[in-house]
Amino acid sequence: MSALFDLFSFAAIGAGVFFFFAGTVGLIRFPDSLTRLHALSKADNLGLGLIVLGLLPRADSALAAFKLVLIWALVLASGASTAQLIGRALRRGQK
Amino acid sequence: MNELLLAAAGLIVLTVAVGLARILRGPQDVDRLMAVQLLGTGGIAALLLTAYATRVPGVDDVALGLALLAAFTTMAFLNHLAANEEEADR
Amino acid sequence: MSVLPILDVGLAFLVVGLAAWTVAARNLFASVVGYVAYGLLLALVWIRLYAPDVALTEAAVGGGVTGVLLITAGKRLGALEKDEAGATPALALKIVAGALALFVAGALAWVVVTLPDPAPTLAPAAAAAADGPGAGLGNPITAVLISYRSFDTMLEKVVLILAVIGVWSVGADSAWGAAPAPLGRPQPAGAMVLLAQILAPIGALIGVHIFWVGADAPGGAFQGGALLAAMWMAAMMARLTEPPRIDARWLRLALVAGPAVFLVIGFAGLGLAGDFFAFPPAFAKPLILFIETFMVLSIAVALPLLVAGPPNGRSAR
Repeated sequence: MSALFDLFSFAAIGAGVFFFFAGTVGLIRFPDSLTRLHALSKADNLGLGLIVLGLLPRADSALAAFKLVLIWALVLASGASTAQLIGRALRRGQK
Repeated sequence: MNELLLAAAGLIVLTVAVGLARILRGPQDVDRLMAVQLLGTGGIAALLLTAYATRVPGVDDVALGLALLAAFTTMAFLNHLAANEEEADR
Repeated sequence: MSVLPILDVGLAFLVVGLAAWTVAARNLFASVVGYVAYGLLLALVWIRLYAPDVALTEAAVGGGVTGVLLITAGKRLGALEKDEAGATPALALKIVAGALALFVAGALAWVVVTLPDPAPTLAPAAAAAADGPGAGLGNPITAVLISYRSFDTMLEKVVLILAVIGVWSVGADSAWGAAPAPLGRPQPAGAMVLLAQILAPIGALIGVHIFWVGADAPGGAFQGGALLAAMWMAAMMARLTEPPRIDARWLRLALVAGPAVFLVIGFAGLGLAGDFFAFPPAFAKPLILFIETFMVLSIAVALPLLVAGPPNGRSAR
């Protein structure tokens, strides 16, 4: 059972690392700010989300698990709102 | 398994640190800000992985603090964009 | 082979490299953003040094208060620079500034290099005090801060008040007593209002949580207070609330509450436990938590006032 959990953690965390990698590549390689914003939000939402998902089976109390989910929720709320604000500012031609 | 968690943490930090090149290159201030935001999220992920690998107490609270403040510099920055625009309109 | 040493060396190079680049950068905003990133990396370094309390402070202050302060300052300086194009300092001034910087860096390096081996340390004395009478707390760092070096901790909060007074004194005479300029734009965007409405209540809870667990786990008054301060700033940036008038009675009381309560209890220690700032062992923990509660209040009020700036005569900027 625990080996199964380890496998799950490994897969989810590996996928999370991949999204951070992809987000960074996007941030460096994409041609303009709006597309780079798109790359950033993938790392924020999916990268961290998968890491949290992978760590959840390893949490040893309900409070620890709740903290993990809360951290992800906070980053999601922050990322979604600021992406919206940045995107709008970019559309208006501000920098 | 713990070694793997730490390796993942290191990999994430080093990856998003490469993204800091955007601070250098810009070209716009927004791009620079995005690099910091990516570093912040990557830092949170690395902290959580370290917390579960080393079981040092309190590390998850540091991640919680960072998550709470993830949007702060961006909020302040956007307020200044807006202020400049309103002055320009006048 | 363990991956940890490789990670640590990589992190160290990263921090030093980023620091050097932040100093050398020619673009002001890039430099400011680099410094914020530097603070984030430093929090990771503190974790690797097994100092989660310091990491928490770095995260709470660097990510919240100083981040907003520096971005604001950077943007305002950038606007000033446009007006004063060509006003670069004279060569002599550059040489003097460079020489001074070299002297300070050299003196610091000399002190570190010539430290006797083993280096002088107060750690055993502090550890003994943390275990000794007046402690009763699970987190040795809080015990040392409030019990062993209580006078320093109290004076740090006095310094915060002095800094606030310094900021206020920059304002015009006619504006004295008025409120600082609002932190946000007149019509904040919906997404920012929503974000502040989500963050502020959750963050206030987390701030109190960090303060409360600080007695027995990493955390404490300064970290909790800094988080609460950041949440107040979030509400002000989204114009959910405005900076208070600086002559408000509650504001002045909140500012001095921390050091004042600390001093009163410190003097009471003279009579009750036989020494200035000594706590009677039986009541040490409740007394320390009582003092810290007022410290949190003072910190949470002082930090946003530092960011808000001097009083502004007009109602809006």
